[in-house]
Amino acid sequence: MASSKSLMNLLTFTFGSAIGFFVCYLLFSIVLEEQVKIQPHVLHNDPHAQHSADTDNNQLQGQMNFNADAGQHKDEDKNIAEGLYHKVKILCWVMTGPQNLEKKARHVKATWAQRCNKVLFMSSEENKDFPTVGLETKEGRDQLYWKTIKAFQYVHDHYFDDADWFMKADDDTYVILDNLRWLLSKYSPEQPIYFGRRFKPYVKQGYMSGGAGYVLSKEALKRFVAAFKTNKCTHSSSIEDLALGKCMEILNVEAGDSRDTSGRETFHPFVPEHHLIRGYLPKTFWYWNYNYYPAVEGPGCCSDLAVSFHYVDSVTMYHLEYLIYHLRPYGYLYRYNPDLSKNTEEQSKNEALEDNQKIKQKISES
Amino acid sequence: MLVTLLGHIKVGHGTKAHHHEHHHIQAPNKEDVLNLSEGERVELSKSIRVYCIILVKPKDLGHWAAARETWSKHCDKAEFYSSENVKVFDSVAVNANDLWVMMRKAYKITYERYKDEFSWFFLAYPTTFAIIENLKYFLLKKDPSQPFYIGHTVKSGDLEYVDGEGGIVLSIESLRRLSSVLADPDKCPEQGGVIWKLAEDKQLAICLKYTGVFAENAEDSEGKDVFNTKSVGALIKEAMSTHPQQVVDGCCSDMAITFSGLAPNHMHVMMYGVYRLRPYGHSYSDALVFLPPPGSDND
Repeated sequence: MASSKSLMNLLTFTFGSAIGFFVCYLLFSIVLEEQVKIQPHVLHNDPHAQHSADTDNNQLQGQMNFNADAGQHKDEDKNIAEGLYHKVKILCWVMTGPQNLEKKARHVKATWAQRCNKVLFMSSEENKDFPTVGLETKEGRDQLYWKTIKAFQYVHDHYFDDADWFMKADDDTYVILDNLRWLLSKYSPEQPIYFGRRFKPYVKQGYMSGGAGYVLSKEALKRFVAAFKTNKCTHSSSIEDLALGKCMEILNVEAGDSRDTSGRETFHPFVPEHHLIRGYLPKTFWYWNYNYYPAVEGPGCCSDLAVSFHYVDSVTMYHLEYLIYHLRPYGYLYRYNPDLSKNTEEQSKNEALEDNQKIKQKISES
Repeated sequence: MLVTLLGHIKVGHGTKAHHHEHHHIQAPNKEDVLNLSEGERVELSKSIRVYCIILVKPKDLGHWAAARETWSKHCDKAEFYSSENVKVFDSVAVNANDLWVMMRKAYKITYERYKDEFSWFFLAYPTTFAIIENLKYFLLKKDPSQPFYIGHTVKSGDLEYVDGEGGIVLSIESLRRLSSVLADPDKCPEQGGVIWKLAEDKQLAICLKYTGVFAENAEDSEGKDVFNTKSVGALIKEAMSTHPQQVVDGCCSDMAITFSGLAPNHMHVMMYGVYRLRPYGHSYSDALVFLPPPGSDND
């Protein structure tokens, strides 16, 4: 009897410990799972870093349409924006691939792409449903420049007369077309010029960051496409934006200054948070040495009339769409007035010039 | 027209025992206020004065700093009521750790000091971001001498209360009634709830209910909530994941007043996104005019 009692005790003990272990295991796995989820933010350590296979396992399904309720925009006056839409025609082409159509390109299509005068999604393969243009290349990091060349060629061959400016963006770039039109309205599409976030290394006049997007004038596109027929520029390079920048310099296409009238950058290689928060990008980060103009962190980083942001994930696409085109502070008088500051700047410039001339005249008369 | 409008705001309606039946409350009609001159609009904008209370604890220092540097600058006056004195920032120390006790003291002090200076009182937690201009627009035609208690409401059994996460708005009349019932230990004790403590936002609702003040959920003209207890990102994800096969409507109101659950960095992003970043060539003819706060670089 004693042995069966002790057996019972042993069984109870074992059973109890088993429950204990199980409960602890559950608790620990929950706690540890939480910690694993809080991954350290991956800073893109290479300026020419390509977008590696997404760690985003939770793909954002569906779409959100903020424009569905027109009711909230009854008092909105879009006349100036609409005028610019017709005056400054922009063809956007978005660099994407078969794996990213559902993950990324779809959300671009649901948000900012609708504001281009014409938008094309460029992939290695044609997809009639999305739709995408098939460039007949392979996918991958080393194919980027080749895809870019073929994409611009396609645009030149099929849509040259349909637009004045030709914008390249990634499927994780968010572009604010209204602000791009405002920037470009001061230039002629017949000028050989292109704009983007200007970087300084390797190319004397600088080159434009690929991810932040860049836009070519009609003349620039013409020269770029012709350059490959005459072998002025080479085809092989794994660094798309740098190769394009070198080619532009060879062709005497000017690297434009895309900063606003207050000197603030408009094309951004990262999301707003990375630029707005002082200290977010460590001082040893490549970015500080690459920027052509002195890089600014904090509120001065970014123009009120920003044109682009990069490394924008799917939720942030909709977040930006909402913040830019919908949420607003009622009755608020914005501090930065682009038209006003431009006028006073020009006025004082003109006045100074006139004074100079008057003085010169007086000197020559005496 | 201006006189009638101002008359509405100051005089109020006749019946003092006016009981608010409706639980959903809306923003004013745009047509009502469109025919004013710029000067009249500035005057009208100045006539609505909002005092902001933000309840903080030392552990909230990051959020506290962000709120100080961002949205709270747009309140006519903002003060931080802290559980204890903190050297780094100015605050009103209430010397209590329990949120309900903190809230009681904050409201009591606020009423005593500011009852003649402000008509509306907005209480927020450190993780909340508020757009005060939209709050003022929302309150434009509401009479503060009526007992208003507005925010994002939740129903818990019989009790409808304003969720603190979304921010709590009280008119001066509600604050006055609250101030007197706070002294009643039967109706409004410091320790509510029999078995466990009730959340402070529920306690507030119970006390206010005794004085005839009832919670109202604030919505825009499309029926969307303007006080939000979550962040924009969270609301987007939620809306899209509940209907993965569809194109869903935009999550949030154009005239949203609050979002919550924000990290300090996100508050800086919201400042840029709300008060600066915009598309060129889109303009509105608004009935009110709000100037940017002086000496500020992020709005």
